[in-house]
Amino acid sequence: MAGKTLYDKLWDTHEVRREEDGTCLLYIDRHLVHEVTSPQAFEGLRIAGRKAWRSSSVVAVPDHNTPTNHWDRDIEDPISKTQVDTLDANIKEFGSLIYFPFKHKNQGIIHVIAPENGAILPGMTVVCGDSHTATHGAFAALAHGIGTSEVEHVLATQTLIQKKSKAMLVKVDGKLGLGVTAKDVALAIIGKIGTAGGNGYCIEFAGSVFRDLSMEGRMTVCNLAIEAGARAGIIGVDDKTIAYLKGRPNVPTGAVWDTAVAYWNTLHSDADAKFDKIVELNAADIEPQVTWGTSPEQVLAVGGRVPNPANEADPTKRTGIENALKYMGLQADMPITDIKIDKVFIGSCTNSRIEDLRAASVVAKGKKIASNITLAIVVPGSGIVKRQAEEEGLDKIFIDAGFEWREPGCSMCLAMNADRLSPGERCASTSNRNFEGRQGPGGRTHLVSPAMAAAAAIAGHFVDVRQA
Amino acid sequence: MKAFTKINGLAAPLDRANVDTDAIIPKQFLKSIKRSGFGPYLFDEWRYLDHGEPGMDCTNRPKNPDFVLNKPRYQGAQVLLARENFGCGSSREHAPWAIEDFGFSVMIAPSFADIFFSNSYKNGILPIVASAEIVDRLFKECEATEGYKLNVDLETQTVTAPSGFGFGFDITPHRKHCLLNGLDEIGLTLMHADDIKAFETGHKAVQPWLFA
Ligand code: SF4
Repeated sequence: MAGKTLYDKLWDTHEVRREEDGTCLLYIDRHLVHEVTSPQAFEGLRIAGRKAWRSSSVVAVPDHNTPTNHWDRDIEDPISKTQVDTLDANIKEFGSLIYFPFKHKNQGIIHVIAPENGAILPGMTVVCGDSHTATHGAFAALAHGIGTSEVEHVLATQTLIQKKSKAMLVKVDGKLGLGVTAKDVALAIIGKIGTAGGNGYCIEFAGSVFRDLSMEGRMTVCNLAIEAGARAGIIGVDDKTIAYLKGRPNVPTGAVWDTAVAYWNTLHSDADAKFDKIVELNAADIEPQVTWGTSPEQVLAVGGRVPNPANEADPTKRTGIENALKYMGLQADMPITDIKIDKVFIGSCTNSRIEDLRAASVVAKGKKIASNITLAIVVPGSGIVKRQAEEEGLDKIFIDAGFEWREPGCSMCLAMNADRLSPGERCASTSNRNFEGRQGPGGRTHLVSPAMAAAAAIAGHFVDVRQA
Repeated sequence: MKAFTKINGLAAPLDRANVDTDAIIPKQFLKSIKRSGFGPYLFDEWRYLDHGEPGMDCTNRPKNPDFVLNKPRYQGAQVLLARENFGCGSSREHAPWAIEDFGFSVMIAPSFADIFFSNSYKNGILPIVASAEIVDRLFKECEATEGYKLNVDLETQTVTAPSGFGFGFDITPHRKHCLLNGLDEIGLTLMHADDIKAFETGHKAVQPWLFA
């Protein structure tokens, strides 16, 4: 019998029931909740007179709507405020393990605060009404983004109705060049397999590149698995996973810790495990990436040129390129480095952890942002990240260079708060989606790594961070 | 949830690949804490020439005459023909809520994004995956024929076009059962509450740290 994949192991230890057609009831260990996708779910429970099955599985925080400056003025947009207040009230009524309300010192993006507070452990199943839940696969946890009906289902039953996906292995071996980061690896993978390439799969990332990445870098990679269409992305446990967890709140201690570690160390694919699909990339071929279009798969190495639709034989793809160029206001064949930008956003659950801020600060140190940049903001992923960065003096480096140093939250990643692009404005962004209007109606987003975003802020256009 | 059995519904062709959930329902509408009333804002940025905000009365907003769903011949459409990877992007259930509220009950595409696909079922919408060739044929027939209606029968799992062209589709028995009967999944799952409790006890014995 072939060995098991990590995905098999995680799945098998959570299957409550299996119907004949393969539909399963999967037990959920951790339920992350934010203010946007949960109000209708709590409302549903209330209407049906149901309680939360296990409220101690819930970790909640408001993040999408919260402002990133002027916290003294509270939340000015009344609709945003209603959502945040509704979450406060729902958590009070239904209970939780961790809740950081707006302005709490540990508040931040749900996908940043959960791991840093030890709420994500290897071997867990994790859900959240948010597609970037995939982030937590970095801890060898099976993490699914779910819809609001499913949020309600998990609250009421502690289970999720799921069919097992196929298993894909994405293997990247070799050493990454200087200036090439986890974000570039993830974008290169999406560029290779496409935004639908992972549809129906759980992707396991393996190979020396992922072993060499820090836990922060692994979270960036798994975070973007969803942009490749995968249901989840996972990485096996190693010493770095264990070292990251040790001593955090909510993580076991003493004898329980030892038992847990022994178990966690089994959470990787067996050597003879079979995958339904294997994709391999060579680390040496990966360069700093920049998206040029309106889908994360429309991505190129920074040295490249914007594609020409005339060279595309497939009519659907050709129209796709034409639409993207039109929306993005770009000329076919222009060098990526000729693209001038207006705003810079460093933040989001993809790239707002301490390591991301350090990488950007190295580039910004002692420099000034270009005169054509109207706004450059750095939004830490959480209060904890923010304080750590301030202890290291990173805030000063950014402020001296002309960046604004903000309070934690989702911010301009999806522009539900006041941080957004105006129509036609172009942004170098460390977030995860470059869809039309994502960062504000008519806004144009280019996804890059934190170092590349900082370099673009200094130059006023995209540059190869290796030469910056 | 509304039950779905069969319809003979007008089809409308949305000829774009990778239509994402931000296009289906832009984020400003996610601020609502309700489940209903999203239909007027479906595809807001493509459908209207001005910028939409939640709570706006859409009856007098300037419409984009080029957008397919604004064409008189597609008014009242119930079947949405779409291209590959429809519904990619965020997990927001507001997307199927908007689609359902607008009046669509069936979507046919070569592929759907994963989360959107399962969210659709939970809101009484039937997403049908058909081969690219079949979808292409439906697009062509639909564009060529005014008043093009598709007969979609969930019981027999078939779609029939006015031309007589037809095809079958797959759906898991569980989803079919829920959709046909308009069943609430939570109620169904809670019928297995004892199984869940038993599982929980065993799970806790093996990994007690998960229950701290
Ligand atoms: S930072 Fe962006 S992608 Fe992440 S949870 Fe917030 S809105 Fe979603």
